[in-house]
Amino acid sequence: MDDTTTPLKKTPLTALNIELGGKMVGFAGYDMPVQFPEGVMKEHLHTRAKAGLFDVSHMGQVILRPKSGKLEEAALALERLVPVDILGLKPGRQRYALFTDAKGGILDDLMVANRGDHLFVVVNAACKEQDLAHMRANLSVLCDVVELTDRALVALQGPAAESALAALAPEVADMAFMDVRGVSILGVDCIVSRSGYSGEDGYEVSVPEAKAVEFVRSLLANPDVHPIGLGARDSLRLEAGLCLYGNDIDTGTTPVAAALEWAVQKVRRSGGARAGGFPGADVILAEFDRGAPRRRVGIAPEGRAPIRGGAALYRDETSTEVVGQITSGGFGPTAEAPVAMGYVETGLSSVGTRLFAELRGKRLPVAVAALPFISPRYKR
Amino acid sequence: MLKFTEDHEWLNVVDGIATVGITTHAVEQLGDLVFVDLPETGATLARNDAAATVESVKAASDVYCPLDGEVVEVNEAIRNDPSLVNADPQAGGWFFKLKLANAADAEALMDEAAYLALVG
Repeated sequence: MDDTTTPLKKTPLTALNIELGGKMVGFAGYDMPVQFPEGVMKEHLHTRAKAGLFDVSHMGQVILRPKSGKLEEAALALERLVPVDILGLKPGRQRYALFTDAKGGILDDLMVANRGDHLFVVVNAACKEQDLAHMRANLSVLCDVVELTDRALVALQGPAAESALAALAPEVADMAFMDVRGVSILGVDCIVSRSGYSGEDGYEVSVPEAKAVEFVRSLLANPDVHPIGLGARDSLRLEAGLCLYGNDIDTGTTPVAAALEWAVQKVRRSGGARAGGFPGADVILAEFDRGAPRRRVGIAPEGRAPIRGGAALYRDETSTEVVGQITSGGFGPTAEAPVAMGYVETGLSSVGTRLFAELRGKRLPVAVAALPFISPRYKR
Repeated sequence: MLKFTEDHEWLNVVDGIATVGITTHAVEQLGDLVFVDLPETGATLARNDAAATVESVKAASDVYCPLDGEVVEVNEAIRNDPSLVNADPQAGGWFFKLKLANAADAEALMDEAAYLALVG
């Protein structure tokens, strides 16, 4: 017995994941399914063809409620931690955000929703405790920071997601990409967003723990909906060009280097009405003007061999100078080819630039590629 | 003579030439293969050398050389279509043929009954 090992935490759906044949692994301290009997390849393809259901309850769900009752105060408080326009986020809308640090690095990526009288934030499982401490330390004067620990979070992704969820709650069909609504499903109050992390249309549903299993069973009763594990979640997000925190972005990467300029609205950039005022603003805003020394790009291996995170990139077959690194890579079942992303010197970041990746002692040709590797099907 | 290793390779030895592949159990654990890297014909390998690599969507795994020998043939068909390994791991999905340095070495390896007991 190793008494230093902390037992893995369970989600409201862990028992059901096991019952469904999930191959369970430890992920960010939780006992999570990496795949179901269908296997990663078919789970991935099924999600893009019909609908995949993911237990993402390990992620942190947090409410920021302004003590004054004025949402603007919570929005402006949160803007001190993220280079994102939160004040301009309309009720019933959600957007992607980044917690930055004083050096302009990324502490975590998150989703922020305006729920009318409060903000609803979803953060990564691995960063949850640190993010909560960060928000409590910086926002508590103006906001109550409350983690919702009694709710599951379920993602339903794919072209059949709308019909599957609308069968339980018809109003979700009217939602557009990044809309957020309170919706009654099976008689309980759920928070539904039209979003996800697969490159497909779909939803994320925050459902009270007590109804989580019934909710998931109701969805799985639809033959279009299959349970999907973390393996396919990773290959889906990689094909969609979406970053995995800890792999593709971290405190050593800035928003500009990570090619996440789109997440920083003009109002927070130099010349904007609320320019700066977030950690690392001097570094980040300077990079908006001058660029970053390296840049996140798609990487398409020319051969069939998947090239995974950690592989070094070189200018040619013999150079010893490392000019970049793969941060995520694998096989793209929909792309039907190996796909990857990584960082390269900015001068080498144009699409089509030919580089070499080192794999098992061999230099293999790759090309800088446009992201995403698939055509996203978000419902705008 | 059909033999197995603890690393989930099988080898079928005929006249000192071992046809080597990975077991049905290994394939079930790996899932759908998307890439197979094979040794070069003519390579001399020692027991436990990394001889080949298999990749699923999620991860890469090494295939070890079960005994000392020289690679005399590789299965180009699985290089072109790795799913052949999933479809028929213990026959058509073979990886390479190894001319054993000492044909008698194979006798010490597990037989099928012992291997099946190992993987339960």
